[in-house]
Amino acid sequence: MSIDVTVLEKLMRLAYLAPVADDTSQAQKRALKNLNEALSLIQQMNAVDTKGVEPMAHPLDIVQPLREDKVQTSVDREALQKGAPELRDGFYTVPRVVEEDSER
Amino acid sequence: MSEIPSSLSALSRYLATSKISSVELTETFLSRIREYDSRYNSFITVTEESARSAAKEADSIRARGNNVPALCGIPIAHKDLFCTRGVNTTCASRMLEGYVPPFDATVVERLKTHGAVMLGKTNMDEFAMGSSNEHSAFGAVRNPWDTDRVPGGSSGGSAAALAAGLCAAATATDTGGSARQPAALCGLTALKPSYGRISRYGMIAFASSLDQASTLTRSAEDAAWLLSAMAGSDERDSTCVDVPVDDYRAALNNPSAMRLGVVNDWLDADQASATAIEDALLVLEKAGHKITRIDLPRVALGISAYYVLACAECASNLARYDGVRYGYRCQDARSIEDLMVRSRSESLGAEVQRRILIGTFVLSSGYYDAYYRKAQQLRRLICEEFKKAFEDVDILIGATTTGVAFRLGEKSASPTEMYREDLYTIPANLAGLPAMSVPVGMSSGLPLGMHLVAPYLEEGRLLALANQFQQVSDWHTRTPAIS
Repeated sequence: MSIDVTVLEKLMRLAYLAPVADDTSQAQKRALKNLNEALSLIQQMNAVDTKGVEPMAHPLDIVQPLREDKVQTSVDREALQKGAPELRDGFYTVPRVVEEDSER
Repeated sequence: MSEIPSSLSALSRYLATSKISSVELTETFLSRIREYDSRYNSFITVTEESARSAAKEADSIRARGNNVPALCGIPIAHKDLFCTRGVNTTCASRMLEGYVPPFDATVVERLKTHGAVMLGKTNMDEFAMGSSNEHSAFGAVRNPWDTDRVPGGSSGGSAAALAAGLCAAATATDTGGSARQPAALCGLTALKPSYGRISRYGMIAFASSLDQASTLTRSAEDAAWLLSAMAGSDERDSTCVDVPVDDYRAALNNPSAMRLGVVNDWLDADQASATAIEDALLVLEKAGHKITRIDLPRVALGISAYYVLACAECASNLARYDGVRYGYRCQDARSIEDLMVRSRSESLGAEVQRRILIGTFVLSSGYYDAYYRKAQQLRRLICEEFKKAFEDVDILIGATTTGVAFRLGEKSASPTEMYREDLYTIPANLAGLPAMSVPVGMSSGLPLGMHLVAPYLEEGRLLALANQFQQVSDWHTRTPAIS
């Protein structure tokens, strides 16, 4: 199994990443090489028979603790929003999300 | 360079007996940072003014005399991954350059409550991803033992700062070895506690089921001091276990005879490391412990499972960095998608992007079972292998790394070559077990580390053995020549 250009482009779309350098083909070649090397390292897992083994998501066998259902004050909104890139009336402003003719 | 003692207990005594004030002590460290840190680049932010006022406050508390906290007036550094209220917290990334958290991480809060004075925020590999501190948006960190070499990573800044005598102790984090490996390369003692022992609230997330705050100190005794202040339940972190905190300082007293299991794979290092470990084993045997040799074949494959799970978790954790609410935002975004894509792509470093892509791959449909699910299954097998081993031994031992600090650029050609720096440290993170690295020797003037792993919540056992080793050896007292 190896990652090719088509898979890489799909992964980048999913991860909201895109090449920024001008020479994208060089960057892409490097990215593919590195990703496939990492994949070889990962594929060493296949030496182990894991049939019937319960997957382990987390090192601890704990239950999500719950707190009392009581209204509490949260963090100071002004303090939280202080470093926001663009703010208007407490809302984070971004380019229009819903377009008339969407290209997607 | 050594007019002041280096151990936390001795520093505390000096402060208690007015041999030095916290203001003087803090000023000493601040001037060392000013004079020497341009060589190492270990600090991203130095908080001179707040350090001075915290030191002044510590001196007043001491003068008042009642309830003087354990670390009162002792200057420490925080890895720049812990949120600090009002102080830049960057994770060494352009994405968070200029980000000022409105709150303190629990670790920061607790050390503050115990009286520690924060000197500043240390450099690191971006978002904790790396083993050399070369992946920082603010420049690589250099090893004080040889400035052509790396200090290790991702907690390279904390390690370099401590090794160079620019602070009395430092916080670090460890997801696959990021505190233990730099400790080994810089001649320091690192303790990564059991998963859930220390709260992750305010600790910027890389891989949530693997990350754990850690201590970087000059000795096991100092590690016990710091751990006592940092550990304990926290309702703001639901993965922080609600289990009483042991008296780690009491645990330092001579341990009873232990069965030490040397993991054969963990000696597959360069000749100097293997020899140093064997010499240490003789010392430990003389001290009354029993040595056995064991094989842990599943554990040996931990690195493969790790790069699936850590990358998958990081892809998820770093999805929040989208330029919308905080952090870097690109200019002239043409659409919401363009805003998010370019904000991320223009500010996240190459290694971070690489791991996000690997994580995205192993979680994507068609590959999820073969990779992510498989890795989770291997994780369980690794945990079970450790559990079984601990039926016959009390502590597992080996080399922390495969060799000494390497030169800057030496492992940059292949990311996977860099990943192998954490070959021996990774399994403890997968299993959530406590682990330490302690100095065990030198090779061509560079430090070597010994790796110790104990069962879940047995930090006391680790500290006892490490402390005993440090009473009959002096590797941990060596410091690089700084002039």
